[in-house]
Amino acid sequence: MKYLYLVWRSLLRRKLRTAFTLLVVFISFVLFAFLMTIRTAFSMGVEVAGVDRLAMMHKVSLIQLLPIAYLRQIQSTRGVELASHATWFGGTYQNKANEFAVMAVDPEAYPKLYPEIRVPEDQLKAWLGDRQGALIGRDIANRYGWKIGDKIPIQATIWQPKQGNTWYFNVDAIYDADKNFDKTNFFFRYDYLDENRRGAYGQVGWYIIKINDPPNAADIAKSLDSQFANSAAETKTSTEKAFLQGFVNQVGNIGFIIKAILAAVLFTLFFLVTAQTMAQSVRERTTEFAVLKTLGFPDGLVLTLVLAEALIIAAVGGALGLGLTWMFISQGGFNNAFLPIFVLTGRDVALGAVLCVTLGVLAGVLPAMAAMRLRIVDALRRN
Amino acid sequence: MSGWIRQTLAVILLGVRTIPRRLGSSAVAVIGVAGVVIVFVAVLSIAEGFRAAVADAGSPDNALVMRSGADSEMTSGLGGPEADLIKQAPGLLREDNRPVASAELYVIVDLPKRTTGTTANVPLRGVESSALRVRENVKIAEGRMFQFGTNEAIVGQGANRQFTGIDLGSEFKSGQLTLKIVGIFTSGGSVAETEVWCDAHLVQGIYRRGNSYQSVLAKLDSAASFDTFRNWLTTNPQLDVQVRRESDYYAAQSTVMTSIIQGIGVTVALLMGVGAVFGAILTMYTAVSTRTREIATLRALGFNTLSVIVSVLTESLALGAIGGLIGGLAAYVAFNGYQTSTMNFQTFSQVAFAFRVTPQLLVTGLVYALAMGLVGGLLPAIRAARLPIPSALREL
Repeated sequence: MKYLYLVWRSLLRRKLRTAFTLLVVFISFVLFAFLMTIRTAFSMGVEVAGVDRLAMMHKVSLIQLLPIAYLRQIQSTRGVELASHATWFGGTYQNKANEFAVMAVDPEAYPKLYPEIRVPEDQLKAWLGDRQGALIGRDIANRYGWKIGDKIPIQATIWQPKQGNTWYFNVDAIYDADKNFDKTNFFFRYDYLDENRRGAYGQVGWYIIKINDPPNAADIAKSLDSQFANSAAETKTSTEKAFLQGFVNQVGNIGFIIKAILAAVLFTLFFLVTAQTMAQSVRERTTEFAVLKTLGFPDGLVLTLVLAEALIIAAVGGALGLGLTWMFISQGGFNNAFLPIFVLTGRDVALGAVLCVTLGVLAGVLPAMAAMRLRIVDALRRN
Repeated sequence: MSGWIRQTLAVILLGVRTIPRRLGSSAVAVIGVAGVVIVFVAVLSIAEGFRAAVADAGSPDNALVMRSGADSEMTSGLGGPEADLIKQAPGLLREDNRPVASAELYVIVDLPKRTTGTTANVPLRGVESSALRVRENVKIAEGRMFQFGTNEAIVGQGANRQFTGIDLGSEFKSGQLTLKIVGIFTSGGSVAETEVWCDAHLVQGIYRRGNSYQSVLAKLDSAASFDTFRNWLTTNPQLDVQVRRESDYYAAQSTVMTSIIQGIGVTVALLMGVGAVFGAILTMYTAVSTRTREIATLRALGFNTLSVIVSVLTESLALGAIGGLIGGLAAYVAFNGYQTSTMNFQTFSQVAFAFRVTPQLLVTGLVYALAMGLVGGLLPAIRAARLPIPSALREL
């Protein structure tokens, strides 16, 4: 600890150089945090998908509908605790650019299937008593300034109402949820959809099925699918996680692209620049190190002193980069319509910290070895 | 003036000759800039490839008719009688007294993606016999066109490459749907190559659509007849439709995805660029400080301050240029033509496309690299010019 002042003085030896190196490290970790957040956003909540929920869709494709009559059969299948359905509505608000997830669901069963959704008791009650009611996420309510009691017009894209082209819903309830759960959904009642659309009566988009024995998910899914085999609407059931993962895979290998960019960032910026700065700084201080050694500083201590310099730069720059980006993101700095879940997870912050320290040590180790190996006689003679 | 130029050239040459002595530190600046350019060019080449595949798919001579309010073919719906009526509109090309128009259905079918093994939303298009006549860029590359009235189908080259189960000669089965693949078609790399085509009546049956379609694609007798065609349809009280040029429809479809990728790419490249500039500044400071005595000597001999500044800037510009060239070249070799597919959220279906490293992207990357070099050299150049000669000569 008593040598900390020595390390501090050597960092201040060339203030400008230290400042620029710090800035490079800072920017590397701003990028790291930003890219990891994008990665989380593109994974669409796969990490938090319920392990006890199955999703059942039409075997040929998700856009084909399933009869609502399946519900009873699903509910009486062994291992099924609770089942309900959802139907994609699409729809836009005011103009075509304002598109968000509008879904028709059963107001009683759906919130029970998703305990992640937190709704005040009285609001939920109001929704149950209002056919035209809607339950909307906190983020979407904030984006458009909607409050309880507002009447919202939604333009139909898929489902035309019997009259005109616009559906009207009352905001009865607003839900909250944890950070990594999508709060931009707009739910309204399936019974209202079914009585006001121009066709496809008694058809739903997909079923969500809560099971009581998650390890047996594969068997339960198989027995569900076999019940509807060879019917007009054959089904494909998978865990919610697998269903979401399949969807994420459709977008492409975002994880790989992000990792490749990060590797480029961390190597070309952080590692090279820090390593170069440390090497340069050690070269300049050859005489000083020789003097330290003459005074009796052991080799190990010289090594530690140089490593400590590299580590301090890495730690300060990295902490500032991660911290400021985290603050910016949690203030809703990047809030956008396309990627609703925009959070920097604790796991990614930890990963960043580990990377930061590792790269700091790696960048400092060669110059530190050089300083340690200096032979006093050679070093002093060099000038 | 010529004396000044000679002076400057002499100083630059001196600088260049000493670069090998500072190879390590110059390499850091070059690699830093190259890294930024690689990321910049690579990410934007994704956006460019996607845009080219989707936006260039339509022809301005074709008009696409959908139900009003629908945001894509997927969400549109037209009854059979409406489709027949649309084909009678004026301005539409007629050959042998028959309209050159195809009433179509656009649905999706789940096929396993080759790279992940999980299923993906592949567009399945039910077409009428004039589909190939309307789309002049679609050519059968292998096999033959399917026969109407059967369950034969043809697949685009991109779909064939990206998804399994639809090889030429194979039979694809899913639920009640069975397709016999008899041909593979191309459409100049555009979005149609991700589609599977079969008889519209087959889709009507399997997807329970009755006698209904989703869109009518019509060839106009000339691009100028578009207004006549549109006005007749939109003022017809029997119809509730929207009419767009096929080219406009596809151009609009690529916007969301393209702007997201471009936004991410430019943000990352700008932030990285700032980092690389700091890297370049450090390198150039090192360059200046190792040549302190040299530069001071030159100035003591009466060399102009400006030529010293220019020489430092030239060196850092050269490092930027080398980095830009290496980065651009590496991005081109590694990514140009790389085949992949993604989900287009505007149509809820897959688009196969190839990364495109265009000359324009490479030029932009190089200009960016030069800018990083220039900014990186400024401060060190000023420092070199301001060195107090006596103390600089005494240093080390």
